[in-house]
This record gives sequence, C-alpha cells and structure tokens, in this order.
Amino acid sequence: MIKVLKSGFFTSIQDIGRFGFRNKGVPVSGAMDTNALRKANSLLENSPKAALLEITMTGPTLLFEEETYVSLSGAEMSATLNNLPIDNYKVYKVKKGDIISYGRLTNGFRAYLAVKNGLESNSVLGSSSQYFPLTSRKCISDGDQISFDPILHFEPKITELKIDFYYKEKDLKVSKGPEFDMLSDDQLESLFTKEFSIAKENNRMAYQINELIDGHNVTMLTSGTLPGTVQLTPNGKLIILMKDGQTTGGYPRILQLNQEAICVLAQKKFGDSFSFNLY
Amino acid sequence: MSSYPITIKAFGEQAILVQWPSEVNDSILEDIIQFTNFLKRKLEGKWELVPSYNSLTIIGEANNLNLIEIRKSIIAFYKALDYTEKPVRYLWTLPVCYDSEFGLDLDEVSQNLNMTVSELIQSHSENEYTVYGIGFLPGFMYLGGLPKNLETTRKETPRLKVAKGAVGLAGKQTGIYPQESPGGWNIIGSCPVAIFNVNTEEPCFVSVGDKIKFEAISRATYDLHKIEAEVGIYKPKKVLLND
Repeated sequence: MIKVLKSGFFTSIQDIGRFGFRNKGVPVSGAMDTNALRKANSLLENSPKAALLEITMTGPTLLFEEETYVSLSGAEMSATLNNLPIDNYKVYKVKKGDIISYGRLTNGFRAYLAVKNGLESNSVLGSSSQYFPLTSRKCISDGDQISFDPILHFEPKITELKIDFYYKEKDLKVSKGPEFDMLSDDQLESLFTKEFSIAKENNRMAYQINELIDGHNVTMLTSGTLPGTVQLTPNGKLIILMKDGQTTGGYPRILQLNQEAICVLAQKKFGDSFSFNLY
Repeated sequence: MSSYPITIKAFGEQAILVQWPSEVNDSILEDIIQFTNFLKRKLEGKWELVPSYNSLTIIGEANNLNLIEIRKSIIAFYKALDYTEKPVRYLWTLPVCYDSEFGLDLDEVSQNLNMTVSELIQSHSENEYTVYGIGFLPGFMYLGGLPKNLETTRKETPRLKVAKGAVGLAGKQTGIYPQESPGGWNIIGSCPVAIFNVNTEEPCFVSVGDKIKFEAISRATYDLHKIEAEVGIYKPKKVLLND
C-alpha cells in the first residue's frame, strides 16, 4: 500500500490506455508521455500495460507501507527517497516506512513513478487510467491508499536507462491532417515559420495555443479525432487534442502530431514555445 | 446496392480515415455502418472503428503499422463489400419527462418558436432521430432529423452546470447530456436512463446508425425508470429497423 500524504498538483493513475470504446465516445486516456511510461515499466520488467502514477507539475509525498521496487521517469522534479535525491531511469528498492517526495520541477512537466508489477487499481472498461466520470475520481487525493503487491526481492536485468533528452525539443513532428488541403498560403506560412507557445488552457484533454493564425469559414461534418490532432477553429485558434481528448470533433483537423511529438508536447507547460515541423 | 466514391487517407501513424461524400444522409450512414461491420470481421489485429456522419476512422492499437498496406486492403475490402445482409439497426424509444422541474427552458423556447409547450413536446417526441455519431463525451449522441419548427438558437449565456440526462435543443440538434457538464443548449426535459453506464456489459446500448424516439412520461414513471435503471433492470424499448 502507498499512503498519499500529499497528492501534488494533479497526480493520476494511468496505464497504456483504454482501447475499444472510442466508437461510444470514450477517449483512449493513458499516460500522456507514452515513452516515459514504457521506460519506467520496462526497467521494472513490468507488463507494458502496468499502471503507474502520472505526476503533473508538482509532485506528491508518498509513504510506502510495504516493500517494493520503483522507477521514475519523465519530468525531473527533484525527487527524494527519505530526503536523499533519487534519479530518473534507475531502479530503487523501497522499504516499509520509506517516503518518496518531490521538490522543484527542473525539466519537463509530467513525471512518472512505477512500482514493480504495477499499481493495483480498479479496471474500468479494460484500463486503470483515471478519467472522470468513467472512473469515480479524476486523480488521487490526500489520504488515498493505493495498493500494489509487495515485492521483497527483484534483480533487475538493467538497472539504468539512458536519460531522455526530448524535453527541451522544440520541433513537433507533424504530418498532414485530413483537412490540411484547406489551408491558405498565408496559413501555411504562419504554421511552419512562426514559433508558437502553450496557453494556460492545457490539460490531459487538450493544449490550446496562444498565437492565432488566419481564421477560416470551412464547415465540416463531425468526424474522428485522435490524440495529437491539431484543430483550427474559425477564429484561427489552434487546439491540440491529447489523451483524454474528445473522440470526434467538428473543427478542421489540419495537422497530426506523430507519437513522439505527443510525448514531447506532454512535457511542455504554459508559456513553453515550439514550432511545427512537417515531415 | 449503392457504392459511393470514397477517399482513404492516412491519419497520423496509427489511423486511416475513410471519407464518403460530405452529406448528412441516411443512405451514406447505412453504407458506412455496413462497411464498419464488414471490417470488424475482416481486419486482423486490434482496431477501433469510429463511424460518424460521412466518415469512418480506423485506429490501430499496435505500433509500427504499415499504413500503406492497410490502406490497400481497405480499398479492396470496400470493393468486396457484401450488401446481401443489411446491417442491424435499432429504433430505441427513450423516456423523457418534460415536467417544468426538468424542462428549465420549455416556456422560453416554446415562446421563441411560437408554439405552446404541449405542441413543442408533441413535436419533439413524435419524431424519429438518426444517431449520426457518438462522441464529444462518452455516450453523447449526435442526432439528426430535428424538425424545422424546433430549430432554435443556443442560450446566450451557457449554464455552468447542466444535469446528467438533460434533454436539450440547439440549432439543428437535439440530444441528451450523458454527464453533468457546462452547456448552452435549451433544456426541455430529462431522460432517467443513462445511455452510457460502465457497469453494464455493453456500456452504451446505442450505436451509430441507430434511431431514437422520445416518449413523454410522467414524473412518477420517471422516478420508476430511474430506480430501474440504477439497479440495472431497466430494458430500453427497441425495434429492429428493416428499412
């Protein structure tokens, strides 16, 4: 059991996602930075579908009431184990009564904490990913208890992975979205020469972008959207859908982030800048 | 036995988008449903198929999909589409209580539409609506076929909280809020039965391509259905469509 002494700004249980219900309007959810999820789980030799904590901006304080092994990945948030600094992409043994806590965010935006064999959490429609109101809660709160199977001995095959450096990446790799061809020369020029920045309206559903480009009056019938779909509203606002994003939408889908670019964006916060790079 | 000119394109690294002519049209929707059901049987691997109005989004679960090959096979599947069996589509009758307790905007809307409240209720509940899409929120149905006399503007100031189950009117649309959320639709009633329920084996009994009819019910029936739905014994009325 982990006892949540402090939950942090927004900490939720996530896994690889909830597949198979998008035709009923259920977003895929799951870890925003899939790379970080995979790495944290693979260090512990967990199933790629194991559930972990996604920690946003400021971290929680967690009391471990049983023994296990943990790995951290994603954003760097000055994590400590019993007040001693611990690093991302390494395996640590955690004993009964140990406390993991977080300090200053120094790199990225979303950190991950995995435990050996994953967190045990109610699976809803095949996934533990918290998404309200499918799951009863949208994130964890102070005083919550999160269960896992205690592990006394584990010999990791790899004890350390190379640190990712994509958090400072400013290029988001995109391909043409379904409505790309509607874009005017002016819109194209803005999209691929301007630098853009993340608006304060950014969360697991979508990232809004501060800078406008030329608007349009194209109407379309509501159609499927994906994590990483870049929508353009009539007044020229860019909205990038993320993991909890709606499954269909009526705004033109002008660009599509590739899988890696979604991870890069998931590590950006309010005010961070980036540009689109069509490949 | 119509077959439409369709376009098929890659949509990112993990999805393919198939598009039919851009029209709101029951025959196109039926063709999409026919093709969706066919692909469910034919496609190998794990796929999600999201039909909506004039498109079908086909999303792969696996990484490293060979979209060029998949696109080719989708084209071949559409050519080979078997029209001998019509897709199964249902007409669902959903209960709605139009009492003023729930129909917060009934008076205002009926005045704007130049009809009495009972005329509005009759018009709303005698019509059949087609489910052109499910999205935006889990279980939110995009319903087509609102009669012209019920077309109305959205509320000038959206409500911060619209109750789960609220039945609304806005523009050419009518629909049910599947969960409590902010919203600018005119609220005319409440449906006691959740379209989306994670505790049932099939979390959302309605599918794209189905039709919906609303049935006006009393407050007492509303309470009864609400309890029945909560304990899981409510069975929504359905009729197989054979059009």
